[in-house]
Amino acid sequence: MTRQLHVLAPGLLTTVQDRGRSGWRHLGVAHAGALDVDAARIANRLVGNDADAAVLEFTLRGPTLRFDAPSRIAIVGASPVVLFEGEIVPSGRPVELPAGTLELGALRGGARAWLAIDGGIDVEPVLGSRSTDLRGGFGGLDGRALGAGDVLPIGMGSARQVDTPHAPAWWIDPAHDTHLPIRYIPGAHPSASALARRSWTISASSNRQGLRLQGDALPAPGGDGVSEPVAPGTIQLPADGCPIVLLADAQTVGGYAKLGHVIAADLPRLAQCVPGQPLHFAPVDAATAHRLACAARARIARIGVMIDARLPAI
Amino acid sequence: MTSRAACDIEALADDAWLLRFGDRIDPELNAAVHAMAARLRALDPPWLRDVVPAFASLAVFFDAAEDPARVHAALLELVEDGGASALPLRPRDGVIEIPVLYGGEHGPDLEASAAELGLSPRELVVRHSAGDYTVAMIGFAPGFPYLSGLDPALALPRLATPRARVAAGSVAIGGAQTGIYPRESPGGWRLLGRTPWPLFDPRREPPTRLQPGDRVRFRAIDAEEFARLASRQDAAS
Repeated sequence: MTRQLHVLAPGLLTTVQDRGRSGWRHLGVAHAGALDVDAARIANRLVGNDADAAVLEFTLRGPTLRFDAPSRIAIVGASPVVLFEGEIVPSGRPVELPAGTLELGALRGGARAWLAIDGGIDVEPVLGSRSTDLRGGFGGLDGRALGAGDVLPIGMGSARQVDTPHAPAWWIDPAHDTHLPIRYIPGAHPSASALARRSWTISASSNRQGLRLQGDALPAPGGDGVSEPVAPGTIQLPADGCPIVLLADAQTVGGYAKLGHVIAADLPRLAQCVPGQPLHFAPVDAATAHRLACAARARIARIGVMIDARLPAI
Repeated sequence: MTSRAACDIEALADDAWLLRFGDRIDPELNAAVHAMAARLRALDPPWLRDVVPAFASLAVFFDAAEDPARVHAALLELVEDGGASALPLRPRDGVIEIPVLYGGEHGPDLEASAAELGLSPRELVVRHSAGDYTVAMIGFAPGFPYLSGLDPALALPRLATPRARVAAGSVAIGGAQTGIYPRESPGGWRLLGRTPWPLFDPRREPPTRLQPGDRVRFRAIDAEEFARLASRQDAAS
């Protein structure tokens, strides 16, 4: 019998995500995927999954879930208080669980976390991905955020039969330095460099499509320009002068002016921005962006090797 | 037609370059965009992930592990090569015909739009369905085709207050363009009619019948044909 995951309470916004969808942007299909693919990848590695297995992404407050069979889980990202049948369960490491109820509380130190389960969330892939496309209404579980009463299929896993939660003493902490400014490559727009000279606050109307920033508005053009492709990381400048930084659910084209783009190495940090939090930007050049992206990849690869070395011992 | 693809290449993301052929909506620029998109797809370099044509620009997404400078060099070579290489420069041949039931509950803005243009509703339908359109780009929502080629005399400003709900399949005019809402959504374009065609079905690969660069024509149908085509779609899905 296949394992199932029962959603008792959904949290604020919990979705099924994997590494995202590519190859369909020309038809207006967004990339979607975990807002921090590195965190999702590490969570998958901790439970012995392939890097492209689907995980749950939750926002500000996690869900309450009932496992109907033993499972191995890992939670990576902002740290929630996690209780299994009332007992505290640690994050950042593989945890063997018997059947029972897992309660993920409010997240601390960031906006999002990812939960991997051995075998992965086994919803049907749509256009090559299990990621939820909230705006398109497909992928994940019926193209929407999880709700109470939902049941998710879990793939074939490798969890052991345990009577109580069991976790190793080591953990992985891929936390980001939240104090550093977000680095970006300025475009040709006259306000592109002014972005870094002002301080911004994350607006409560931010979502997976984009972070809306509040602050001292930048000079902005009146009407919209001719629509051009945009991407996760694109910094848009609408007519009100308050920038929008696009995230994984970004539309594929947009008519707003562009100030530049956030470098790949800093995209995962955008996933952790909470409403009301201050945000600063610093311009860098393409060579720096490339160097930082390579360093970030090497770091994630090192963490992966470390995990693999320790997994057999648990 | 040869593509004299004079364009700038700028960074769109660490894993994407933007080829900009111009900054206006112009059939020639758009044709150059689609020609370049077709060439890239035909070449299909191993680093290629997504090719996103827009009105006058083209995004090229590549494998994030690839050195952006190498991709830039490859694109520059392609651009400078211009129309010299004899790869296909034309989008798919043929005209795709889209059936539309104009007016009534399916086209709630037809009469007011016609009055605003100084036409009878019938004349507006005839002129809208007489046009030769090109899918200039697909965007805004999955499967939403922006069609260029609208008779300039039929251009209409968007509604001052967008509708909260536009039915899936609504055929509409927004500014100098016409398009089709693939899915029920909010929208501010003027609704002339509705097609029973599904514009976007993520369960199919490809999920759209229309591709960027395709040529399109509208064919006015009556309520009976609409019902027949719509039930056929239901049966097929």
